[in-house]
Amino acid sequence: MNTETIKSTEVLAPTTERISGSEAVIKCLLAEGVDILYGYPGGAIMPVYDELYKYQDKLHHVLTRHEQGATHAAQGYARISGKVGVAIATSGPGATNLITGIADAQIDSTPMVCITGQVGSHLLGSDAFQETDIVGISTPVTKWNHQITKASEIPEVFAKAFYIAKSGRPGPVLIDITKDAQFEEFDFSYKKCEGIRSYKPVPDVDFEKVQEAANLINNAKKPMIVWGQGVILGEAENELKAVIEKAGIPAAWTILGASAIPTSHPLNIGMVGMHGNYAPNKLTNECDVLIAIGMRFDDRVTGNLATYAKQAKVIHFEIDPAEVDKNVKTDVAVLGDSKESLAHLLPLLQEKSHPDWHQEFKDLYAIEYEKVIKNDLHPTKEGLTMGEVLKEINIQSKGEAAIVTDVGQHQMIACRYAEFNQTKSNITSGGLGTMGFGLPAAIGAKMAAPEREVVSISGDGGYQMTIQELGTIFQQKAAVKVVVLNNDFLGMVRQWQQLFFDKRYASTEMVNPDFVAIAKGYYLNARKVTKREDLKEAVAEMMASKEAYFLEVCVEKEGNVFPMIPTGASVSDIRLE
Amino acid sequence: MSTEEKQLYTVSIYTENNIGLLNRISAIFQRRHINIESINSSVSEIEGVSRFTIVVNLEEKQMKKVIGQIEKQVEVIKAYYHTDDETIYQESCMFKVLSDLLFEERQIQNIIKESNARIVTVNKEFFVIEKSGRKEEIELLYRELKPFGILQFTRSGRISVSKQPMKISEMLEAFNQ
Repeated sequence: MNTETIKSTEVLAPTTERISGSEAVIKCLLAEGVDILYGYPGGAIMPVYDELYKYQDKLHHVLTRHEQGATHAAQGYARISGKVGVAIATSGPGATNLITGIADAQIDSTPMVCITGQVGSHLLGSDAFQETDIVGISTPVTKWNHQITKASEIPEVFAKAFYIAKSGRPGPVLIDITKDAQFEEFDFSYKKCEGIRSYKPVPDVDFEKVQEAANLINNAKKPMIVWGQGVILGEAENELKAVIEKAGIPAAWTILGASAIPTSHPLNIGMVGMHGNYAPNKLTNECDVLIAIGMRFDDRVTGNLATYAKQAKVIHFEIDPAEVDKNVKTDVAVLGDSKESLAHLLPLLQEKSHPDWHQEFKDLYAIEYEKVIKNDLHPTKEGLTMGEVLKEINIQSKGEAAIVTDVGQHQMIACRYAEFNQTKSNITSGGLGTMGFGLPAAIGAKMAAPEREVVSISGDGGYQMTIQELGTIFQQKAAVKVVVLNNDFLGMVRQWQQLFFDKRYASTEMVNPDFVAIAKGYYLNARKVTKREDLKEAVAEMMASKEAYFLEVCVEKEGNVFPMIPTGASVSDIRLE
Repeated sequence: MSTEEKQLYTVSIYTENNIGLLNRISAIFQRRHINIESINSSVSEIEGVSRFTIVVNLEEKQMKKVIGQIEKQVEVIKAYYHTDDETIYQESCMFKVLSDLLFEERQIQNIIKESNARIVTVNKEFFVIEKSGRKEEIELLYRELKPFGILQFTRSGRISVSKQPMKISEMLEAFNQ
């Protein structure tokens, strides 16, 4: 390690104390304000677990039932709190089991520090028991990673890890510590990292670019905003609200941007993307200025790039320079932190309302309501819809719940219909689309924000990928409300098979177990709903529960999610049926 | 999509000197299915700072995106890309040839002289020729020596300096202030 790379100031008393590497790990975590970490013990990390035992009154370790669950729980913790989530595992399979969660955190910019044990440094490269090259394996999916072979490296590497995970565009960091470094004693002192010379987390705002953006917006007849998670990560919700209200700009969100502005806000025009709302998708190709804020023009948002917003001037507010012009060529790129950039933009904007332009969104919403929303939320045919379950949860939670979803049809329905009154309320796996994310993420979210109602919504497929985390819920007494929308299918894949593979339902039908019995096996209160008339009361019982609660709702088997932009199609070719 | 032509770019990357960085950088190319034509890693003019020189054949549009991804890495100080016109570049190569030929085939001595190659070592069994220069010059020397039998041949990755200043020291200076 190059000690010159870090500028630092003392946070703890500068006096040193002689302790083991493993105790130093705990002290580093405490110095970084960590109160909870999620993990699973094993041979190569046992010295650290021994210290966790001694420090259990200060640092709460949550034993998940699989290391993947530990990463998703750490992600849920990070997403609801804005703090760095921490996961810990042993070497070999413990470490490789973290990879899915790390990759998820990388693509969804979630601040997370993962700690793995490693075989003794003298055994590195010898194919020792439970040795795996986790630094090599995790390199493409981490923002930074490092292997520690000497205890004396621990304070500096941990300080750097937390700084890198949280600063700029956040992301996952992995620290691999050999077992001998955990045992080794050294003189410990801790300094927080305040900068790294090769790393500029937040680009400086260029005020000329802000002025250029303001000029385009002020002259626009049909401006439209699409915001992403950058607004939430940058805590720029108030600045965004002020901008859209002053300039009267209809504003849509990407899946990870959901909840930054309340659903009920009149200028909130819904979700863009493959299963987003009709109006914002269609009108992306009608607007004259498209203002992207903290989003990265993912292919699920843009559809076919060759026909995406070609008529519009594009303004991109973005913290990560590598995202500018990556997918969509911008006319004005404003680099920097969204909170700062939007604060500078606000006074330059003219007050506008664009009533005719708003009407276009309302007209298209009316079409979507008639063709899709009405049938989803107020179905008249027999089978329960996923949409009506969401509607019931909205009503009974009064829009105050944090909704944690898995991946698939239920996720799209939840994001389309969940009502959010407060930010950081939509926790879902966006970029990676990780089935199994929901249940463990909900545990992390509930533990980070015990005062909040946390509702986990999964499908019957993804739920079974991490169903063992019911054990964590039970052991931790985490009062998560677990909803499974069961259609006995891998619904999203089945929908594609129906639409694009002539209904050849290859391996998408699920023969499911008795989910209520399983939940009860973990001593959870549990209930199953199959009829519409029981839904309201069942949701009420779940919401009233002070403890964790499992609710299975059997929904129609072959329901589809619409609207839909088929892969490779233009956003203007969005289908309503 | 763009109809822009591919061309050779020399990528110069200044980094911290840390284990694993080569893996991190090469993964950026590998993930995008970009073949690395040549790669060289060495110290730079600044103590403790490493320099990678990577040659790739790409469209400029993609080159820019890759540079963005490289610069995004925490331990990368700065990355540049240049066309051949914008840099001074060299490669080096070595040939191992049977010593008998040096005395039996007078032409070999002429080839060595005319190509500005030099003899690094001679012993009873073999001699070693070294040549620095452009890839084409090295290829020419290879073609000329081939008929006599080459026991071993190797060529280094490209190394290059840019015609324009890179100002890495100033950048690091700015951080320290």
